[in-house]
Formats: sequence, structure tokens, C-alpha cells
Amino acid sequence: MARVPVAEGIFTWPSDDPQLVGSRCTDCGIVTFPSQQSCPRCASMSMAEHLLARRGRLWAFTTQSFPPPSPPYSGPSGKEFVPFGVGYVELGDVKVETHLTVADPDALQHGMEMELVVVPFRTDDDGNEVVTFAFRPC
Amino acid sequence: MSMDIAVVGVGLHPFGRFPGVSAIEMGAIAIRRALADAGAEWRDVQAAFAGSYEVDNPDAVVALMGLTGIPFTNVYNGCATAASSLTMAANSIRLGDADLAIAIGMDKHLPGAFSADPRLYACPSWYGEVGQFVTTKFFGMKINKYMHDHGISHSTLAKVASKGYRNGVLNPNAFRRKPLSEEEILASPMLNYPLTQYMFCSPDEGAAAVVLCRADQAHRYTDTPVYLRATTVRTRRLGAFEVHSPWLPIEETVGPTVDASRAAYEMAGIGPNDVDVIQLQDTDAGAEIIHLAENGFCADGEQEQLVADGALEIGGSLPTNTDGGLIANGEPIGASGLRQVHEVVLQLRGQCGDRQVPGNPKVGYTQLYGAPGTAGVSILSV
Repeated sequence: MARVPVAEGIFTWPSDDPQLVGSRCTDCGIVTFPSQQSCPRCASMSMAEHLLARRGRLWAFTTQSFPPPSPPYSGPSGKEFVPFGVGYVELGDVKVETHLTVADPDALQHGMEMELVVVPFRTDDDGNEVVTFAFRPC
Repeated sequence: MSMDIAVVGVGLHPFGRFPGVSAIEMGAIAIRRALADAGAEWRDVQAAFAGSYEVDNPDAVVALMGLTGIPFTNVYNGCATAASSLTMAANSIRLGDADLAIAIGMDKHLPGAFSADPRLYACPSWYGEVGQFVTTKFFGMKINKYMHDHGISHSTLAKVASKGYRNGVLNPNAFRRKPLSEEEILASPMLNYPLTQYMFCSPDEGAAAVVLCRADQAHRYTDTPVYLRATTVRTRRLGAFEVHSPWLPIEETVGPTVDASRAAYEMAGIGPNDVDVIQLQDTDAGAEIIHLAENGFCADGEQEQLVADGALEIGGSLPTNTDGGLIANGEPIGASGLRQVHEVVLQLRGQCGDRQVPGNPKVGYTQLYGAPGTAGVSILSV
């Protein structure tokens, strides 16, 4: 069984220390995630690949306590569904929206330190383990 | 501002669930009620603007109203659709294209949270696959952070939702007409922390229509004109905390509601202290709390005491969502904002019966907000 990323190009994979792949405007310096071809601040078309920090602070969070509408959601549903945390983690030059490994709101606090991990998300039709990125308290 | 605009007729098809009745049929009923309210005929209408999410061509309602050949524009602008159709109808009069125009909204949604292909919102596919393309989750995050930053309690969320259901009991056109206590609301299933099931509105069905004319001709239709003093639509700027954002920049700015609100106050020459009745987008109880501050009715954090003091109640100092808001009416997207205008017009005319704001309110305010970061505001006065 192979471990395949949920999408190509959003985090470095395979890697022992995966990093999210964003982009940085070479004209105004804004950082986006995922990478995009034009700048949302200055409209420049000059965007360069930019790897994001692996650690940051939790800026906002909630829980996803019911299975999201499918499609587009492709993860476990029905009785297989497991609630997950969602939040924004501030990584110094950008805030990234992400799954959180913790779904208990009492175990999460605004401002707490978080680090990037790659976690199992679902099994695809070919039996591969699809992995995605998440942040966990550290 | 150029020409003054008057609202001379409002009409509503109740909001809720109506098996066997199409959105177009509900639209026609709302139009007939608005025209009857104005004492006008469909053949008098010179321009129409109709908003819908589910109906591609709401102008098809002419098949039920009359094929008069008028310019009829279909409008869709997310949860701010009705603010857009109202703005366009008013502008058609200001431009001299029409003396009498109508804004219409109609929708018929399936139950459950809205969903779509994330690519249609300039988001990557994986964002939807992993379950982050969910509007309710955004509202959970936004109010959770707001509660942390400004000291709002869970109990206040429940009190605001409970007020919505309580006002819905007084509104025969509402979807939810059963009172729910603070305890029942807090005990309902958690959907997106800190928001429970009964703190959210539901997509549903309904229609609304508003007839506008040149203010100098309003006397032809009514003895009680209500003037549309401002109507604005704004979209998010970089740094606003908005729904469907896989990332946000470090720099932060206010949301589009604040921009739409400030522009509307300036256009109307009216300030928040002058407003007597308020309709806010309460997709969830938290949104109502945040929008109170975003529209200038209080400072961030003051909502905790205001709610405890009953300020948002029909008899309070800031009567908010007097018809039950989205919490009790649900959200047929195309019609939702015109339902707000309908309520404000009835309040300013003193026609709201059991839910009438006391003291002859003279100025009303409506606000919409929704994906992907669009807001609309209108200000009306007698």
C-alpha cells in the first residue's frame, strides 16, 4: 500500500520533514498558500515557490463535528466519520487553514504552538493510503 | 445624492417548506402582494431585477405575471443577492430608465448546508476533498475567535438564538415558530464549536418583492412612503477574515460589512445612533453578535452586556431581527434581504402588530453577508 498525497504540490512529499508549498510575490512580498500564479495584493504575475515554516501559532479554530457535504468531501462519512479540528495557524508570513489533529475544543487554545504533520485521510479505490497535512499542538 | 427613491409596496411569500410549490410560483405570489400593497399593476412596472440561487432565469416569472416586454435582469451575488437587486432597481430609477421598478427574490433550497465545487470559488479541489469547503465551519471559527478576543459567552450565543425563535413565534410568515430556550439551544448537537444546531439558520424556501418609485411620484401609490436612503454592496479586501479562504495574509483589515455599512451611513447622512429598527444577517447567532459591532451599533465586546440587558429585544434599545431573522425565517438566498426590507417597511409604517417596535420607529437598517465575502446594507426612513 502506497502513501499518496491528497494533491500534488501542496506539501513536500515524501519527506521526513514535510513543508507546505506556497508562493511569494517577488514584487510586493506577500505569501500565499497554496501557490498561485498572480498576486492578490499587487496583481503581479511574478510569483515564486516559497516553502512555509513548519511551526506556528493557532490563530483561530473550530471543530467539524458533522460529515461535510459530499461531494466535494471525500473522507470517511456515515458511521466512519470522525470529527476533526479545523483552524488557521500563523506561520510568520502567512496564515494557513488546516486540519488539526485535536478535535476537542478544550484541548485547543488561541495562540498555542503548533507543528505540521502529515496524517492518513482515507483509503482510495486502489488501496492507497491518501495522506493530508494537519497541525498538532507541540 | 441624485434622486430620492421611495418604497411604495412590499410583498412576501412565507418562508419555510412548501412541497409542490415552485420558486417561480412563490415569486409571483410575492410580486402580486407587493403590487397590491402599492396599489399598482404589473403593467405599470417598467424595470425588474430578480435574484435567485436555484433558479437560473427568475425572469421566467413573467409567464405568470404578464409578458410586458420590460427590461428584466436576473441577479446573483451570493448572500448579498437581494442587496444587489435592490441597488440595481433603485439605480434604474436614478438613471431615468424607469419611474416604477421592482426588486424580486425567490429560492427553493434542499435541506442541509450549502455545497458547491470549490473551484467555482477560486479554491483548489483538495480544499473541498479534505472537508474544509464548509461555510458553517468559517462561522464557528470567526465567532470562537471573537468570543476569545472580546469576552462573549456561550450563554450570550444561546440568548441571541432564543430571541430569534421567540420573535419568529410572533411572525406568521416565519419558518420556525416554536420557542426554544437557552438551555435547549445549548444542549442541541454541536456542529462547529462553539455553534450548536439551533444556533444556525437553515436554507429553505420563499420569495419577497419590493416596489420602488421616484420619491416625487410616491403619493400616487401610498400615503405612507418609506424612503430608501442608501443601498450599498461591498466585497472583501485583502486581510479580511472571510469564508472559503485556504489562507489569510498576516495583515488584517475589517470585513466587507464594515465597508458597506460606512458607505451606507455616508450616503444616507444617517448614523447608527439614528437607527430605530435593525435587521442583520444572522446565519448563526454569532454572526448577529459580530454584525452588531461591524455595523456600528456597539463596540466589540459590548454585546455581552447588551444581550443580558435585553437591548436586542423588540422593546429594547437596539431592536434586532424583529421578525426572527434568518434563525426563524431560514435563508432562501435570493429573497432573504428583501424579507429584511419587508420587515423594516412594515415596522416604519407601524403595521407589525404583536412584534411592532414601540415609539414610532423612523429609521430602519438591513445588512446581508455571505460567501465568498460579500456584504450589502440598506438604510430606510419615513
